Amino acid sequence: MSATALPPTGTTARAARGGVRRRRLRIAPYLQAAPLVLTLLVFLVVPIVTIAVVSFWDYDAVRVIPDFVLTNYEELLGSAVTWKTYLNTLRYAALAWAITLPVGFAVAYFLAFHVRTVTWQMVLFLVCTVPFWTSNIIRMISWIPFLGRNGLLNRALIDLGVVDHPLEFLLFSDFSVVLAFVHLYTLFMVVPIFNAMMRIDRALIEAARDAGANGQQILWNVILPLTKPGIAIGSIFVVTLVMGDFITVRLMSGGQSASVGLMIANEISLLHYPAAAANAVVLLVLVMMMVVAMLRIVDIRKEL
Amino acid sequence: MRSGAAVELIALTKSYGRSVAVNRIDLRIPAGSYCCFLGPSGCGKTSTLRMIAGHEEVSDGDVLIGDTVVNDVPPAKRGTAMMFQSYALFPHLDCVENVAFSLKMRGVPKAQRRERARAMLETVHMGAYAGRLPSQLSGGQQQRVALARALITEPGVLLLDEPLSALDPFLRDRMREELKRLQTDLGITFIHVTHSQSEAMALADLVVVMNEGRIEQAAAPRDLYNAPRTAFVARFIGGHNVLTHDGLGPVALRTDRIALTDAAAPPPDGVFHVEGTVNAFEYHGSSVQLSLAVPGADEFTVVMDEARFFAAPLGVGARVRAAWRDGDVHRLQA
Repeated sequence: MSATALPPTGTTARAARGGVRRRRLRIAPYLQAAPLVLTLLVFLVVPIVTIAVVSFWDYDAVRVIPDFVLTNYEELLGSAVTWKTYLNTLRYAALAWAITLPVGFAVAYFLAFHVRTVTWQMVLFLVCTVPFWTSNIIRMISWIPFLGRNGLLNRALIDLGVVDHPLEFLLFSDFSVVLAFVHLYTLFMVVPIFNAMMRIDRALIEAARDAGANGQQILWNVILPLTKPGIAIGSIFVVTLVMGDFITVRLMSGGQSASVGLMIANEISLLHYPAAAANAVVLLVLVMMMVVAMLRIVDIRKEL
Repeated sequence: MRSGAAVELIALTKSYGRSVAVNRIDLRIPAGSYCCFLGPSGCGKTSTLRMIAGHEEVSDGDVLIGDTVVNDVPPAKRGTAMMFQSYALFPHLDCVENVAFSLKMRGVPKAQRRERARAMLETVHMGAYAGRLPSQLSGGQQQRVALARALITEPGVLLLDEPLSALDPFLRDRMREELKRLQTDLGITFIHVTHSQSEAMALADLVVVMNEGRIEQAAAPRDLYNAPRTAFVARFIGGHNVLTHDGLGPVALRTDRIALTDAAAPPPDGVFHVEGTVNAFEYHGSSVQLSLAVPGADEFTVVMDEARFFAAPLGVGARVRAAWRDGDVHRLQA
């Protein structure tokens, strides 16, 4: 991408031929790169710089005061609530990741290696995406009548005599939050892993079998290493989505748990924009560090 | 190193639903021989190889390796090793680890398996590339690594699926020589699938010509060339014209045993002859190939020594008489 922005080589050699031609040659590559640069500038750089700038501003109950103060960061990092909330968010991310990874891997493995025909692969793959035809919130809310105290599951369990009073932990708990995350984000794990698995030459599996590998050895020594980039991409999706989430935690915990996103949303609703901005910057840095760490472990360039 | 094993196929059949890929073939490949399965694509040669390897289920009949029926034996327990058409090297493993893969699967300790893999890489002249990934190797080098990986299990039978088709012609000839040398040195049975008749002729002790799921002929290259059994074999191995002779039925006539004379001259005694027109002309270096339009044959090719042709050159459109002796035709099965 960046190469297009460079003036073409040999410009200097041709410079003697005349000013007009020379200028046009110089401008063209910049014009070609301009749409992308503008898009990134307007939708990425400007908002992030704004947030970073606002995070140093001051505020009171009714207004935001342009300034350069570190109080937002001091208050944020000095508060035990912040640390607890960040730890809780990391815990959600870790739990969601630890469950979506094996589930996503298993679904992708089944689709890629056990479904024989491409038609069925595509049909089943589309079935996986069906939940995405409705909004996130609808999908979350639909858990409530199922998991509630008098919900379908509890009633069924009581009718079957498995339990004699409703299970309380099913809804408005960490259980329901993580369940919703897994439900929402497993597909983000399935897609890149499935994609990586579909690229594995089937002759490699035969070659492994020819060399005496059993199913488990093939999985461990051939499929898993070749699927790593897909696992990394899926992990980045799931972790970043969970780290930035606020609506799932609010709805599914019934307001009893907090996440960083929820904390920021509360600050915004109180018009504490600079505090929210500082929090957002800290969250951004943390998530970036996590992504970099994942990319350090796995080289995903092959997959792109 | 273990010696070669004999392979025997008895009424071996492979069907995919209704279509039959391999149709009740019987074949015995002696231990330590170089056998080539030759045929056009879709003739069932690869299916047969894959059934011997154990990568394809046998629909009916038996595969014997040595004295054992191996129909239900997993590939690695058959004493066979396969070299895949695209080499199928593991892209995430370097050469040593690729070659050592089967030893790793068997639980051979790391130091020991790496040492044996290195030694095997030396025998295929790839010792200098031990630490490279497959993507950093040329096609010919990848093939050597694939060969080393197949040989490290000390198989009694090595199965090669079009091993030379991905190489450029120059490299192909060199690898061909090397395969033959390796087979002679190791003394194991090679079964090599190819669609190139020159490859089969050059390498094989036993050429098995297949067509539409059946064996047309299994013979030593020289016997095959001098006595093709069917019109298909005669056409596929090349160097023959297929004609219908009065009283003999279909016959094969070697293209290099035909004399051309002027059509106006009287035919010599005691020879078969036919009149025709020169349609096309190709210069092949040591020889010249002429295509004639003659009555009673779709194609009629004459190969002449280059010097003899240019002593009295013929142009396209020339009327000629092609003549051959009785002994130069070979009767084909109708």
